[in-house]
Amino acid sequence: MALIDTINPLLTTGWSKGDAGWSLKDYEARGGYAQLKRILASKMSQDDLIAEVKKSVLRGRGGAGFPTGLKWSFMPKAAPEKYVVCNTDEGEPGTFKDRDLMRFDPHSVIEGMIIAAYAVGAKLGYNYIHGEIFDMYQRFEEALDQARAAGYLGNNILGSDFSFDLFAHHGWGAYICGEETGLLESIEGKKGQPRYKPPFPANFGLYGKPTTINNTETFAAIPFILGMGGEAYLNLGKPNNGGTKLFSVSGHVNRPGNYEVPMGTPFAKLLEMAGGMRGGRKLKAVIPGGSSAPVLPADLMMECTMDYDSIAKAGSMLGSGAVIVMDETVCMVKALERLSYFYFEESCGQCTPCREGSGWLYRVVHRIEHGQGRPEDLDLLNRVTDNMMGKTICALADAAAFPVRSFIKHFKSEFEYHIEHKKCLVDPEVQRAGSGFFKAGAA
Amino acid sequence: MNNQNDMLSPELSPESLKKIDREVAKYPADQKQSAVMAALVIAQDEKGWLSKETIAAVAGYLGMPPIAAYEVASFYNMYDLQPVGKYKLTVCTNLPCALSGGVHAADYVKEKLGIDFNETTPDGKFTLKEGECMGACGDAPVMLVNNKRMCSFMLPEQIDKLLAECK
Repeated sequence: MALIDTINPLLTTGWSKGDAGWSLKDYEARGGYAQLKRILASKMSQDDLIAEVKKSVLRGRGGAGFPTGLKWSFMPKAAPEKYVVCNTDEGEPGTFKDRDLMRFDPHSVIEGMIIAAYAVGAKLGYNYIHGEIFDMYQRFEEALDQARAAGYLGNNILGSDFSFDLFAHHGWGAYICGEETGLLESIEGKKGQPRYKPPFPANFGLYGKPTTINNTETFAAIPFILGMGGEAYLNLGKPNNGGTKLFSVSGHVNRPGNYEVPMGTPFAKLLEMAGGMRGGRKLKAVIPGGSSAPVLPADLMMECTMDYDSIAKAGSMLGSGAVIVMDETVCMVKALERLSYFYFEESCGQCTPCREGSGWLYRVVHRIEHGQGRPEDLDLLNRVTDNMMGKTICALADAAAFPVRSFIKHFKSEFEYHIEHKKCLVDPEVQRAGSGFFKAGAA
Repeated sequence: MNNQNDMLSPELSPESLKKIDREVAKYPADQKQSAVMAALVIAQDEKGWLSKETIAAVAGYLGMPPIAAYEVASFYNMYDLQPVGKYKLTVCTNLPCALSGGVHAADYVKEKLGIDFNETTPDGKFTLKEGECMGACGDAPVMLVNNKRMCSFMLPEQIDKLLAECK
């Protein structure tokens, strides 16, 4: 699935040739590595470089939205051994943008990482790539070989006194490794169980050394920001929400796929770009930022613009930009049951509230869906989430709780109907037909 | 499944060891353990699945305790600690895929092969698994073949074609 549509393409400028445009010569032909060359030739100071990134108000594209320039500035200057790590462990249900970045423009990620390494003074870096996209891991390794052969990686890059090398590390099927400290544990060759924070990776990261870890899309944006200037990038979006963003639109739209639009684009516009609702059916609900983000009912979502602040105001999160669209044929209990199973399956088991709580959530939602719900179950679910949220090492417990709380909050009558009548409000045949095989890729 | 001899001997082939060496070289000299995830995949590719003996052989090669390698092998979903069919098919049924035919695709494969999730066909050819998000929701329905090959837009005719390809 290539890019389907865009307004103001930046990150996706290289995607138009599909699988034929990813290699080094293509990237250089569209201005690639020019920013790295400029930084090295002008001996730009680390402080100036970080200041430019701060100006762009680029916020972390992995989900948390933390300002990238600020994160880089936390790296201790004097430390002799530092690392830069890219998080391409894209496993948040609904998110599939980093896979396409790896596929169509891996060199933008490599250039972004080299520039980040220069800014924070790192000599070695790793890109942690989701195990399920092994073909993209292999492509990234090829791209690394090309960059190394061209002198963009290794000792004394392009004749400068700056040295940096970069390698790919693949996962093998654990959602939790998308959590940054779980990811670092995984690179160290251990179970991917998250660490207590603080200390944060900028002080105690990979192998216990200061580490900057950013999402794939964040690194890919860096060369473009330096090319156009931080302020111009910020102005593409809206205040406090700089630039453009990739949105992965899935579910009941006519054209599922990736869309790059400026921050602040109305959701209605994004939905229209995605071909509108499948079969002309009515929008029921949207999860705007990946499965961990609270669901929003149609009327609230249609008021939103696609940026961190607007979605947060509506009570959800922009997250990774994964927009899961559900129409009127969806049973919200069944949808929640599937998500709750996911968190139960993927809890790493380290913290009791998450390990046990995610199981409770799944089992109780499962029994409601299967006609065995009890009137007190909705209160029970909310109580279980109270005992999970904020009580664990990482945010997976919260991620399991948000869908449960928000589905019950916005679609309570559907859950009550299920419990009282021991069946779905939406006819099962209608559900099955609404989510059946679909010939996507109308583009 | 690979042949009996491979399965009986936990030792890895020189080709596999060479591939593992390439992974080890990515990490600082005192951090060989970082290569364990890739090394276990290389071992699984060679042997078809990971027996305790194979895991111990990988651990020995990387100079780490066998239990530390076993912890890794048992933590990540795509390591097979039991024998699987020659073709392991994993169908994503997570919500975004389920909204676009993911469950239908799984049902279609189940009917075609006459097996449920976590079962292997009597001829040992296919094992079917239910998958969690593979990060390709826009391509739903999505399936993985033997962990490494992703198949997109798996409508019935594409599934038929894939099953016919698997000799």
